[in-house]
Amino acid sequence: MAAVAGPGAAAMSDPEGIRSLAERCGAGERAALARAISVVEDRRPGFRKLLARVAGRGRRAHRTGITGPPGAGKSTLAAALAGHWRRDGEEVAIVAVDPTSPRSGGALLGDRVRMAPLQLDRGVFIRSMATRGAGGGLAEAVHDVIDLMEGSGFGRILLETVGVGQTELGVAAAADTVVLALTPEAGDEVQAMKAGLAEVADIFVVNKADRPGARALARQLRDAVGLGRRRAGHGGDSTAPGWVPPVLTAVATTDEGIDAVADAIEEHRRSLAGSGALEARRITRAEARIRAEVRAALEAHLGRVAGGDGFREAARNVAGGGATVYEAARRLLAGGSILSGGEDR
Amino acid sequence: MTTSHRRIRVLVAKPGLDGHDRGARVIVSAFRDAGFEVVYTGLHQTPEAIVEAALQEDADVVALSILSGAHMTLLPRVKALLVDAGLGDVLVTGGGIIPEEDAEALHAAGIGRLFGPGTRTGDAVAYIRDWFASSARASA
Repeated sequence: MAAVAGPGAAAMSDPEGIRSLAERCGAGERAALARAISVVEDRRPGFRKLLARVAGRGRRAHRTGITGPPGAGKSTLAAALAGHWRRDGEEVAIVAVDPTSPRSGGALLGDRVRMAPLQLDRGVFIRSMATRGAGGGLAEAVHDVIDLMEGSGFGRILLETVGVGQTELGVAAAADTVVLALTPEAGDEVQAMKAGLAEVADIFVVNKADRPGARALARQLRDAVGLGRRRAGHGGDSTAPGWVPPVLTAVATTDEGIDAVADAIEEHRRSLAGSGALEARRITRAEARIRAEVRAALEAHLGRVAGGDGFREAARNVAGGGATVYEAARRLLAGGSILSGGEDR
Repeated sequence: MTTSHRRIRVLVAKPGLDGHDRGARVIVSAFRDAGFEVVYTGLHQTPEAIVEAALQEDADVVALSILSGAHMTLLPRVKALLVDAGLGDVLVTGGGIIPEEDAEALHAAGIGRLFGPGTRTGDAVAYIRDWFASSARASA
């Protein structure tokens, strides 16, 4: 995994640049993966071709999402899990998402502070991402970034993001297994979520379990999970049938309980794979992404054919008796291909 | 039509042994408020760890806060490791208590501007913006 050649300063818009970047990613070159992530995250020219060349390749990583309220110890938990998998000889990529400031557009990405033990391990790749324009807690490009990591040979991918309320659903959409981290102080939140809890997570971890209240919270969670389990899980038919989310306790700073969390993730993975639910999740995920991409293309097309003076000119024509409303509308719709917009759509 | 969302990415690190990160935290906030994406790596970073983080994060700029007096070894070391990693186009800049003549020597060794105590954060922001606008990384 040497980074000898470097990402190079050449513009990536040319097909040659994209092709060589993709090849270097596929060969596991870390600097190339880092640059590829930027190309995709920034939606730079050629990013779709890059994804087509790197993503997939028959490689399949297991994707674990770690979410929970601020201060739950998500980064520390992610680092501890990565350390566990490293001891098993697996290569781990981590995507840590933090919010973009809506006022400045900037972001403070501070998750590396808690991941210091991993920073010189060549079997670990950590990338911090800002949410940028996306509503909710997930960056728009996060799926693509995970695909690049998968295509670069990482077998374990951890997605870490703040989750409060709706944003857990975004994590669930991106991950195969969702771990919800809570602290003993989270009792009130649990009350508020109650029966909805089982729809949120596949595994619960009460972190910082050396603090008072950890056992009580774990008990509360188990009750709530039992209640909610009568209904389908968060992924609908893509949840492993019969899976009851375990409630575990951990102290991520000392690795206490981490083996059990890793075991639970592994068990969930096996349960998904054995029931066909893993494939169902992938299909659900792909469909949502295809729909989003088609919607974006249609909106861009509308902007092109009818943006600027498009509507106004057609209207003048109609008002002057040159066409009917329906003919004008059809002409606008037929004007240029939907596929002509993106440089490589 | 997809618009590009290029942002300036700055890695802020605190190498060496001193435990004061107030200055680093101030600059981190200023950079965020300027619209930069700031990766903060925390205290006691080795040059090797800083460069590996810069590589993984595809940082445009590495900004180091050094109060320990070890700037004459730390800054050139980070720069050399970046070059070794193929990241010679990354700007190395920083702040701390750094005598004028040291700053000049470091500049000759490829280090960017260094900001002393009392610097207005806006100056550092403007410096990075100007550097980025004329750098090869802006069009990469």
